[in-house]
Amino acid sequence: MRKTIGLTGDGAAAEAMRQIDPDVVAAYPITPQTEIVERFAEFVAEGSVRTELVAVESEHSAMSACCGSSAAGARTITCTSSQGLALMHEVLYIAAGNRHPIVLINVNRTLSAPINIHNDQSDSLGSRDCGWIQLYCEGAQEVYDTVIQAVRIAEDPAVLLPVMVCLDGFVVSHNVEPINVLDDQEVKDFVGEFRPAYSLLDTENPVCLGNLTLPEYFFEHKYSQAYALEQSKGVIESVDQEFGAKFGRSYGIVEGYRLEDAEIAIVTLGSMVGTARAVTDELRSQGVKAGVLKIRCYRPFPIDEVVAALKNIKAAAVMEKALSPGAPGPAVFSDVLGALYHKGVHVNLISYVAGLGGRDVPARSIRRVYEHLEKIASSGRVDRILNYLDLRGWQ
Amino acid sequence: MVQINNAIRKLDKGALPVWYEIPLGGTLVSEGSTEYKTGGWRTKRPIWDPEDCSHCLICWIYCPEMAIQVKDGKITGIDTTLCKGCGICAQECPRDKAMTMAEGGDY
Repeated sequence: MRKTIGLTGDGAAAEAMRQIDPDVVAAYPITPQTEIVERFAEFVAEGSVRTELVAVESEHSAMSACCGSSAAGARTITCTSSQGLALMHEVLYIAAGNRHPIVLINVNRTLSAPINIHNDQSDSLGSRDCGWIQLYCEGAQEVYDTVIQAVRIAEDPAVLLPVMVCLDGFVVSHNVEPINVLDDQEVKDFVGEFRPAYSLLDTENPVCLGNLTLPEYFFEHKYSQAYALEQSKGVIESVDQEFGAKFGRSYGIVEGYRLEDAEIAIVTLGSMVGTARAVTDELRSQGVKAGVLKIRCYRPFPIDEVVAALKNIKAAAVMEKALSPGAPGPAVFSDVLGALYHKGVHVNLISYVAGLGGRDVPARSIRRVYEHLEKIASSGRVDRILNYLDLRGWQ
Repeated sequence: MVQINNAIRKLDKGALPVWYEIPLGGTLVSEGSTEYKTGGWRTKRPIWDPEDCSHCLICWIYCPEMAIQVKDGKITGIDTTLCKGCGICAQECPRDKAMTMAEGGDY
């Protein structure tokens, strides 16, 4: 039976994992992801899942164990944050290169130093080139729904790539929201049975995995993997649509909010989308033509959809919670700019880095970003491309 | 699997596959790495003494390159095109002289 209950973002992720009942979970606890592993360990202890929970000694081992179990044909899920994702880094490439359809729930937290347990997106944005699909969630309901969708996307025979489901630490992971939880059987039917392309345990059809690939083959191997990631966009879309048709909730790979006639827009991902929506509503009531573009699917980057949504905008700001020190611009900004260049579209585009290390991004700060955009839209001139929101000493 | 097998067949003939013919995740369904001759890597060589050998097959199990030749459950020799001289066979051999390493790769 479907029911609506109060759950945190972490609790929603754990609940989705319980209903998916994966064959293997190998995970190491780290703030702010800990609640997912704690809850899931309780499900294992009470026998409500049949999962083999592997309590590893580090995240490097967690992702390695996930690669092994996925290669053995087991449906595999893990979760981490921050330093944990960084410690997994080399194995993230192996998971994608060997085409293991692992689902990783990443609760976004900043990276040391200085050490800080709070939210920004530098961990997963820093892993953007690992070859994983990356989906960013706005709230806890979307986390629950996306974890369920992620299993289907990863295991689709046309994809067979690992999927990272990202949610902002504490802002989403630790706040309680009313979550509509599906019936256990509905989730089991939706995710279906995992049919691996090959299995190391299938002794009738032996395979050799993780082979040395020298210069004659490596480039072709990597391109075939990159091609699969580009092509996964259609599957991400169709799984989301099927989910929507069955359960009444779908999110798209991007979502334009009040963008149809907008003149200024904020492009962002994760929990900042919700605040930007509220500010947009307020500005609209004052006659300002503001809008929001939410990027839910960051890898593969939805070039066509982003450009289609922004092509008539006079001024747009990309807001992200990560720095790219020394780069011409931070990650998401650079990708949006690159997408516009792909299509030969010019939009006055600026970047706002915000909320590093858990600094709150309140409505009043987002309002200032819109004020900046109004100035650019009316003058037609970009005064400064790279901007830092609420950074003391920055003017 | 058909696609993988076709790609392998192409590999065997020496024609290099294009990117969309690369098997999923670089997986091989042929007999592992024996197509790849690692004998040229050898700087030390194992010396097998049939007099001392008890044919326990521990070296055969441990050899990473399938270089220990076996017939009817008995060791018959070493495939010098595959043996890369790693010395695992001699290290794992439970007997004194059955498998020992000698300096130099050439037999």
